[in-house]
Amino acid sequence: MQSAMQTWLNIFWLGTKELRSFLRDYVLLGLVLYSFSMAILAQAQSHGQELYNAAIAVADEDGSELSGRLARVFLPPYFLPAQNVSAGEIDRLMDIGAFTFILDIPPNFERDFLGGRRPTLQVNVDATAMLQAGIGAGYIQQILSDEMAKFSTRQDRPEPAAIAQNVRIAFNPNLVTAWFSSVMGIISSTTMLAIILAGAAVVREREHGTVEHLLVMPVTPFEIAFAKIWANSLIILVAVALSLTFVVRGLLAIPIAGSVPLFLCGAAFYLFFATSVGVFLATIARTMPQLGLLYLLVAVPLNLLSGGNTPLESMPPLLRNLMQLSPATHFVAVAQAVLYRGAGFDLVWPHFLAMTAIGGLFLALSIWRFRSVSG
Amino acid sequence: MTAPPVVRLRDLRHDYGRTRALDGLSLDIPAGLMVGLVGPDGVGKSTLLALIAGAKILQDGGVEVLGGDIALKKWRGEICPRIAYMPQGLGKNLYPDLTVEENISFFSRLYGQSAAEGATRVAGLMRDIGLAPFAKRLCSQLSGGMKQKLGLCCALIHDPALLILDEPTTGVDPLSRRQFWELVENMRATALGPDGAAAAMSVIVATAYMEEAQRFDFLIVMNEGRILATGAPREIMAATSAQTIEDAFVALLPNGAARPKLIIPPWKTDGGPPVISARGLTKTFGAFTAVDHVDLDIARGEIFGFLGSNGCGKTTTMKMLTGLLEASSGSALLFGQSVQAGGIEARRRVGYMSQGFSLYSELSVRQNLDLHARLFALAPQVAREKVAELMARFGLEDYGDALAADLPLGLRQRLSLAVALVHGPDLLILDEPTSGVDPLARDEFWALLIDLSRDRGVTIFMSTHFMNEAARCDRISLMDSGKILATGTPAEIVAAQGANTLEDAFISLLEQAGAARPPSAARLAAPKTPPKNPAFSLRRMMAYTIREVLELSRDPIRLSYAILGPALLLLLLGFGITTDVNSLTFAALDRDNSFYSRAYLSEVRGSSYFLEQPEIIDGRDLIDRMKGGKVSATIEIPPGFGRDIKKGEPTEVSVWIDGAMPFRAETIHGYLTSAHQQFINDPAIRGLKPAAPAAAAIATRFRYNQSFDSIYAMVPGSIALQLALMPAILMALAIVREKELGSITNLYVTPVTRLEFLLGKQLPYIVLAFADFLVMFLMALYIFNVPLKGGFSALALGALVYVAATTGFGMVISAFTKTQIAALFGATILTILPATMFSGMSTPAASITGFGRIMGQAFPMTYFLPICVGAFTKGLHFADLAGHLAKLALFFPVLVGLSLLLLRKQEK
Repeated sequence: MQSAMQTWLNIFWLGTKELRSFLRDYVLLGLVLYSFSMAILAQAQSHGQELYNAAIAVADEDGSELSGRLARVFLPPYFLPAQNVSAGEIDRLMDIGAFTFILDIPPNFERDFLGGRRPTLQVNVDATAMLQAGIGAGYIQQILSDEMAKFSTRQDRPEPAAIAQNVRIAFNPNLVTAWFSSVMGIISSTTMLAIILAGAAVVREREHGTVEHLLVMPVTPFEIAFAKIWANSLIILVAVALSLTFVVRGLLAIPIAGSVPLFLCGAAFYLFFATSVGVFLATIARTMPQLGLLYLLVAVPLNLLSGGNTPLESMPPLLRNLMQLSPATHFVAVAQAVLYRGAGFDLVWPHFLAMTAIGGLFLALSIWRFRSVSG
Repeated sequence: MTAPPVVRLRDLRHDYGRTRALDGLSLDIPAGLMVGLVGPDGVGKSTLLALIAGAKILQDGGVEVLGGDIALKKWRGEICPRIAYMPQGLGKNLYPDLTVEENISFFSRLYGQSAAEGATRVAGLMRDIGLAPFAKRLCSQLSGGMKQKLGLCCALIHDPALLILDEPTTGVDPLSRRQFWELVENMRATALGPDGAAAAMSVIVATAYMEEAQRFDFLIVMNEGRILATGAPREIMAATSAQTIEDAFVALLPNGAARPKLIIPPWKTDGGPPVISARGLTKTFGAFTAVDHVDLDIARGEIFGFLGSNGCGKTTTMKMLTGLLEASSGSALLFGQSVQAGGIEARRRVGYMSQGFSLYSELSVRQNLDLHARLFALAPQVAREKVAELMARFGLEDYGDALAADLPLGLRQRLSLAVALVHGPDLLILDEPTSGVDPLARDEFWALLIDLSRDRGVTIFMSTHFMNEAARCDRISLMDSGKILATGTPAEIVAAQGANTLEDAFISLLEQAGAARPPSAARLAAPKTPPKNPAFSLRRMMAYTIREVLELSRDPIRLSYAILGPALLLLLLGFGITTDVNSLTFAALDRDNSFYSRAYLSEVRGSSYFLEQPEIIDGRDLIDRMKGGKVSATIEIPPGFGRDIKKGEPTEVSVWIDGAMPFRAETIHGYLTSAHQQFINDPAIRGLKPAAPAAAAIATRFRYNQSFDSIYAMVPGSIALQLALMPAILMALAIVREKELGSITNLYVTPVTRLEFLLGKQLPYIVLAFADFLVMFLMALYIFNVPLKGGFSALALGALVYVAATTGFGMVISAFTKTQIAALFGATILTILPATMFSGMSTPAASITGFGRIMGQAFPMTYFLPICVGAFTKGLHFADLAGHLAKLALFFPVLVGLSLLLLRKQEK
């Protein structure tokens, strides 16, 4: 058996080789750069989590003062300027998805309204635009009620709200999507890159026959696998730190409530898991195309179901519990708690524990697999 | 001179970065001859051949081939079918997952031969070259030498007028080499010109075997990018007053005159136990016995040569001795210990060099040596000296910072050897270490081996195809079909066979073993294809389609992942991603604890959306639990809440919502507002004050999906997502794989056009992706119970056009990436983001702004999503979807055009 010292040295030197090959592939380097800068910016601008720029149209069959006011009440940035359409076009426009919402104001609306005959406003919602439809329908209802109340108060005295509800939003008072999506974008790039880089590094050695060469040297499979894990983790950790500093804090000017070092520490724990998954998949796949397919099967659910995309609360209970076994879920929780809510280690340690336990298990599993396939 | 020269070079120059590979060559190469190109490693031989073949882009100077300028695209297209080029490296342009026969057939189709003609030619060539018994064997299972033969078969399939061979016999055994040249001779003798009249084929060969060069009609001797001498071997020998071409060659080189004669001191055994001892060593692969009861004893300090025809089991034996392969039966001892048990310590004492290049091609020469020194735990000072010594010894100093990938074959071999020696091993196992190395370097290498063996007692076990090397060994073994035929000193073996030379002895032994097949005397009179070269040939395109399909069918794992993967993901995402949020956590802080406060909270508690957590103790607790994400909302009821309501005084409930996830916060906000409204409107609370009825009602109609159940949007959306990801990734890898593994050369030098290449490769993936669509379509109907309300024909047509676009997307990515890793990552990152964020799946396309909007509009899913959702959920038909279909249809030609622009038809 060789000394522990030599083992670590081997791991170190094999890892530097990984770093060198990575830095040599300029296209890959460019893609990594893109995924931690342009891609993050694009996601931050997406406004996907809020009601923003919703396409709305109004079919005003009344043409009265009230209907005119209702048609003008939808303001940016929540809504795009409302378009006027005719009532007959509503079906066709909804079909082609030109608008998410179309408000239909029936004839004689104002007269019936003032006469107390309770006319009905119809709000058509394209229910296939799930997120926007859900949030937007509530907003529209509120906006219309307020406007009609204001219209009636010209004649009546407003009734002061006896029981009020004072709602305050913590940590992201204006619910800006960018705050959320920028960091979640970093996490999803992290997962994708970690699995691909580590997995592909293993498959490439096999396809080029270099693994065989290593195995006749005094190097153990453990050292080969572990070198890939640390080197690729380091590359991504650096990318995450740079992205957080220059893109999220710098370009996007998003305030970070908590400790960046604590978050990066969580990222390091997570990376050990994600790169281990890459190595593990590479022991199953024989060729790069196989790895690509396996990767899709693992990375897509890991990313989309971790709570960084849609809330965990929206999943069926079974799946939600299952996703607690995924370190990605815990990493998302750590990121949200530390970066947005300013939580310290005392509050997030259970997530660290879970990441360490599951990540450690996977690390062991992938190294064991790697040893058994490389003999 | 009657015939014009076949190749005319005018002041030809070529640079790689700052390195000059060719330095002003001017030469006429006469037609109809066997022309040999000899010179040390790394002097520009391969570059010259690639330029003549049109595989590389011409930088400076002129090259005329077959009477026209090769720099002109039109001329290249015209003469392409008349040239054959076999690049350097073991089977670099072949496809490992195809059988021997399929590989040759592939080339036959590339040259547009009809099925019948192709079949006759393939069968004839395989018979002539002795590959017929292996027709069904996968190329990946062939030995190095057999791959070379197969490569030649593929090059000869179209009766070229000019055959360009770059070290074709490197690593090929003497018997096969003899057959190889006989075959080339036959081909030349029977070759016909384009007019059908007999016209000798011109052959240009680069070779490291001087015995071969001796037999050629015309030689070009090169050194450092310049021509040293040209002429018939006789003339060259006369000019240098040398006896052999090898001597003449050495004399021509500037530093050649001082070459010391290689002296091998006799070897004396020290009588110790053998270093290698094998007994009954056997390896079987299924029914095939690769190594059959081999016994070996190799003593300390001995140089032991291992000879045998290609594929006879030499490499397998060596791999068993290194422990890379486990023996099926029998035992192998190294230094008296079993190979497996020796483990790490034994490996420190062994240096191994494998047949194929297995170093890190992305590292430089020096980095490779340094890495190995470190892995063998050499002290830094020792390592530095050792690396410097080896670089000097192997003439690698000038290449210290060059990438291993950029080295010519001979230099790579030297580097591999240097790496095997870096740790000063006691035993060297070398698998064809000198293949492709020039004679001078080979002598230097031998001087080193002799020094190691005689002065330091290093045992050397090497395989070789050079008979003059075998003759230098202390003892040799001859192997055939997994068995050792003879062992002894070279002299003993020659004597035992009553032969004159070792080569004759070797061949006679093989012939006795029945290995030799008489090459057929006459070439089969294959029908001639008139040289025609259409702008687009369906046959050539289908060559790539068939090849791709064969490769896919050889890889059932990939095929099943490709079909089941998207189905599985659809299952997971269809059920997993909803926008119906429930089980939200909240905690209350009830400072009033009255009937009213409890009634207020029960509005929330009673809701299925919320899960209550233990009550909050104080403000500190509230902050901690929000920060830790334990609760996503808190409701605080002020003291005196009930009293104020009864009195009609204003009062205020305070709500905090966790805004970390904006969408969730919006949803919670909505739920809590409606709970609040319900409380206010509760008659028990309103009590005395009747509320004025609202003056108007607002009816919200959720169209297409009255229950507002997200599955009706999610399932069609997920189908569109899957059809974007999988096809793009598979397609991206399909092309870049050829670049990384070397078979892209076939695009450079055969008549296949880029369009045929791209479309041919794309077709199978379009079919595969469409099969995926059908599977997912059925899943939507029967597993998710999402009915198809609209027209199937519009949906299916949309899906077809869509997968043509998504595979096209992958094609563009692989056209500009160089490695599979980059292509895999690129295809994923450039697909996932626009697919999940910017094409309307989570936010309607109309609401997306900024960079995301541009990305979304340039991504095909933006146009397929409305088709998919429209057909499934909105009940739309062809007429309604025509607009989206038309836009979607634009992607395919644009993406193919872009790929054409990015893909080169020549190497840089």
